[in-house]
Amino acid sequence: MEIAPSPVLIDVAVKLAVMLGFVLTVVPVMVWVERRGSALIQDRPGPNRLGPFGLIQPLADALKFMFKEDVTPSAADKPLYLMAPVLALIPAFTTIVVIPFGPTIEAFGRTIPLVIAPAETGVLLFLSLASLGVYSLILAGYGSNNKFSLLGSIRASAQMISYELALTLSVLAVVIPVSSFYLPDVVAYQQEHVWNFIPQFIGFVVFLIASFAETNRLPFDLPEAESELVAGFHTEYSAMRFASFFMGEYASMTALSCLGVTLYFGGWSLPFVHLEGWLGAIVGLLVLVAKVGICMAVFVWVRWTFPRFRYDQLMRLGWKVLLPLAILNLLGVAAMTLAGWI
Amino acid sequence: MSVPIHWYLLLAAAMFCIGAAGALTRRNGISIFLSIELMLNAANLTLVAYSRLLDVRTGQLVVFFVLAVAAAEAAVGLALFIAVFRQRHTIDLNRINLMRW
Amino acid sequence: MEMLIFLLFAALALGSSLVVVLHRNPIYATISLVLTLFCVAVLFVLLGAPFLGVLQVLIYTGAIVVLFLFVIMLLNVGREESHGAGQGLQIAGALGGAAVFFLLVGLALWRTGLPELHPLTADLVALKSLSRDLFTEYLLPFEIVGLLLLVAVIGATVVARKPPQDGPAASTANAEGAEL
Repeated sequence: MEIAPSPVLIDVAVKLAVMLGFVLTVVPVMVWVERRGSALIQDRPGPNRLGPFGLIQPLADALKFMFKEDVTPSAADKPLYLMAPVLALIPAFTTIVVIPFGPTIEAFGRTIPLVIAPAETGVLLFLSLASLGVYSLILAGYGSNNKFSLLGSIRASAQMISYELALTLSVLAVVIPVSSFYLPDVVAYQQEHVWNFIPQFIGFVVFLIASFAETNRLPFDLPEAESELVAGFHTEYSAMRFASFFMGEYASMTALSCLGVTLYFGGWSLPFVHLEGWLGAIVGLLVLVAKVGICMAVFVWVRWTFPRFRYDQLMRLGWKVLLPLAILNLLGVAAMTLAGWI
Repeated sequence: MSVPIHWYLLLAAAMFCIGAAGALTRRNGISIFLSIELMLNAANLTLVAYSRLLDVRTGQLVVFFVLAVAAAEAAVGLALFIAVFRQRHTIDLNRINLMRW
Repeated sequence: MEMLIFLLFAALALGSSLVVVLHRNPIYATISLVLTLFCVAVLFVLLGAPFLGVLQVLIYTGAIVVLFLFVIMLLNVGREESHGAGQGLQIAGALGGAAVFFLLVGLALWRTGLPELHPLTADLVALKSLSRDLFTEYLLPFEIVGLLLLVAVIGATVVARKPPQDGPAASTANAEGAEL
């Protein structure tokens, strides 16, 4: 396990630009994919007026959000109400720093690992920053001074912290055979052996379901369901603040997809190809983007296919099904590692 | 320029005293709890600072256990708050004085 | 650079711990506690314990403080009344705190003087050595803490649940479902 020495600032800036650019680009693309994809599944045309295939639609949505009237409830707790949309963006944009998007390249006389934060505590850093996402939900619900918002926010945060456990345990199971939290090591391990979703299929399923619950996506989106609690914790938010929550949801979906792809599907690597150097870096990035794109398409597909879980069904699933499965998966992987199978 | 270690110790001592003053003067049970967490963190900071100074891992390991124990304590303490609130409908510690003389 | 980061996060930690202790609204105090804990986590990383810093954010801010916020919202703990502690007691508290502070500082500096710092060794920071120690030398405390956490979970669940309405038979009847 080679951790690079203190990175040069320009390296960090360029890598940050690449990853941030990726995440920021995904958001409007996902808006389009969501609307056209849902239309495809529901056998209707979807947005097709603005530009070919409705491709200008996200731009129109963004303009609409910018020009909409910004209504703030008068009795709302102002600092908390205003802080919540900002906090929604923080986990999504900070967790991508540990995702590798290419092989280590040798350039300008130094070794540059293609991960923004080459910290030894890789995945743990991701999980800890992701756990901060609960605060935006709690503060949004509490600060809105609205019964439905509060109820929605308590449900959402309880859901998030319950499924975080299953998520963490499934991630731990991946870490055990690699014996390192550092994500480029996980990718290297998968290049030598087989992609992790094959030996750890249960863990992968747990991770998938838990990531649906973490991002409040259907079938776990009761906290923000339109027909249930008005709009749940973001009832009182309009215009750009609502857009922040929206963006935060898509961005955290992207971050979790990046993590899932890196842990279970080999990240930036291709199965029988050895990538290195500048060409490897570019190809690696494109491979990662493609894999994340497939994962996001699965997110959209599942959203428009399944009905919503009721809240008690949701909590029961998280605690009584996923958590034991994740623990069994952990034990199984530990046993297999000791036996030398993986 | 490296940070002198006694600055960390000073910061931890300051945080501890702020937490102690808060725990002693507040009336709200939750606020007292928050001050206690502050004191625990100050102790953690001291332990890690000494671990760094003496170049041993003992301090870090003790902090690991303190973290776990603090989590357990917070869970049980807050459960107790909920149970007391059910009976007395208040968290104000001046009013929960059944066992006082 | 290290000095700059230390000064920034130390000042932030001190400021937010003052807000934790002084603010009347418990929600704001809890948010300030989150900030304090995050600053302390950064200081842990500066002190060569990145694993602990990450654990601090994961456990403390990610779980414990969320629990605090839940309880505050559940019990609808309001703003503390302004004459909560009384002026005299507050001043006494502040003075007492300052006295203890100088005592601690004196103790720390008298025993060790102004110590010299070796450069950070890789062995101190490495996760592998920490985990090796945890599972060899400190295995017994590790297992005991695991047991303690189990006891805490069971205890908290038992203490916080609604007392069964008509005797113990009713408690098994509504095992499913959430209160919310």
